[in-house]
Amino acid sequence: MNRQSNTYTIIYSVVLVLIVGVVLSLVYQALRPQQEENIANDTKRQILAAALITPSEGQTVAELYDSHITESYIVNADGRKVDGDLNPFDVNVAMEKKKPAAERLLPVFVCNTDKGVKYIVPVYGAGLWGPIWGYIAMDSNGDTIYGAYFAHQGETPGLGAEIEKPAFSSQFEGKDIFAADGAFQSVKVVKNGQEPAEGAYVHAISGGTITSQGVQKMLQDSLEPYTAFFKSLASARQ
Amino acid sequence: MNLKKTFLPLINPLSKDNPVIVQVLGICSALAVTAKMEPALVMTVSVIAVLALANVIISLMRNTIPQSIRIIVQLVVVAALVVVVDQVLKAWNYEVSKALSVFIGLIITNCIIMGRLEAFALNNRPWPAFLDGIGNGLGYGIILIIVSFFRELFGSGTLFGCQVFPDWWYEAGYQNNGLMILPPMALIVVACIIWVHRSINKDLQE
Repeated sequence: MNRQSNTYTIIYSVVLVLIVGVVLSLVYQALRPQQEENIANDTKRQILAAALITPSEGQTVAELYDSHITESYIVNADGRKVDGDLNPFDVNVAMEKKKPAAERLLPVFVCNTDKGVKYIVPVYGAGLWGPIWGYIAMDSNGDTIYGAYFAHQGETPGLGAEIEKPAFSSQFEGKDIFAADGAFQSVKVVKNGQEPAEGAYVHAISGGTITSQGVQKMLQDSLEPYTAFFKSLASARQ
Repeated sequence: MNLKKTFLPLINPLSKDNPVIVQVLGICSALAVTAKMEPALVMTVSVIAVLALANVIISLMRNTIPQSIRIIVQLVVVAALVVVVDQVLKAWNYEVSKALSVFIGLIITNCIIMGRLEAFALNNRPWPAFLDGIGNGLGYGIILIIVSFFRELFGSGTLFGCQVFPDWWYEAGYQNNGLMILPPMALIVVACIIWVHRSINKDLQE
């Protein structure tokens, strides 16, 4: 057979692509359970990091998560628990962000730490090059931030990527997200040396202006729907 | 003599015909993954695996590949192997796979791989092609590991994540060199390696 003919070339490429396709899907099927477990463990690690818990030597993240996260549920914008079979862990925060605030499913992870019960909520937003996300742990008064964890997909190393460093995220500890009159004000991220007119603030990253603004907007947009829930925490305590 | 000739494809790329410092291929990934030793090592293993397998597969297929689509066939084979490596890493070493992120996918565009397929595997039997793949992968890896050794040692004061310099050293005023972490230092370290290598092998000087 003429190996330079068009027929041969076409048949050759079709067969090659079919074989490659079958091999790749077999590999994907075989490895998927292990990959999903890895991704779940990584999410658990991030949730715990917000509550300032990191696994020590010889501890698996899954064990640590099970021992600290006592409860998790989904609330709506009115602060009431939503019934349903959906696991809060599986809520796609990026998709929820696209819905109107009133319809969003808002996951809450209740974490038992040695400093009392903390409520961890996910946040999601946009940085300079791609998505940024994180978890915020709130004190049981529903007002003060206990800890924060941020991550990013592809922010500039050394500049925007610094948001994942504790040097940045630890600034949020102890900040109040509600003003004295009870209005939601989030936490502002401002340039070194500046101060917003009112409310809690942290210092932005030099050279990472867009990413820092992204963090501010992410906190504003993602925490505001939880207002009713946080208020209910405060009133439950009194 | 015969034995030496058989293993020439394996030995040559280690020094005299090194893909990075003599052929100057694959520089981009040499900059990207050498800030720490662990990713550099994983990248080395991944490239060796992809290159050796791709060389053997293309060599086995060399008499059937239609001339007009040979580059595309090579690309499909390399891309499939890279996806397999990426999936395996995600399953078995998630942390490293996160650290390497897009660079594993970019093995496809590593010119060493296409270069060896075109220049060697298309014209040689599977066994020499396999040796050539291992040799060039090792040649690439040696440079990666030397570069990452210096960058991690002076940039972070660690090797494979373990602290090397004692604490009192830092207390006495020693500081890690932040510049070593940034990509330009990788180029400078590669240039120093080329300098030393050319001084030893005078016949390579142009």
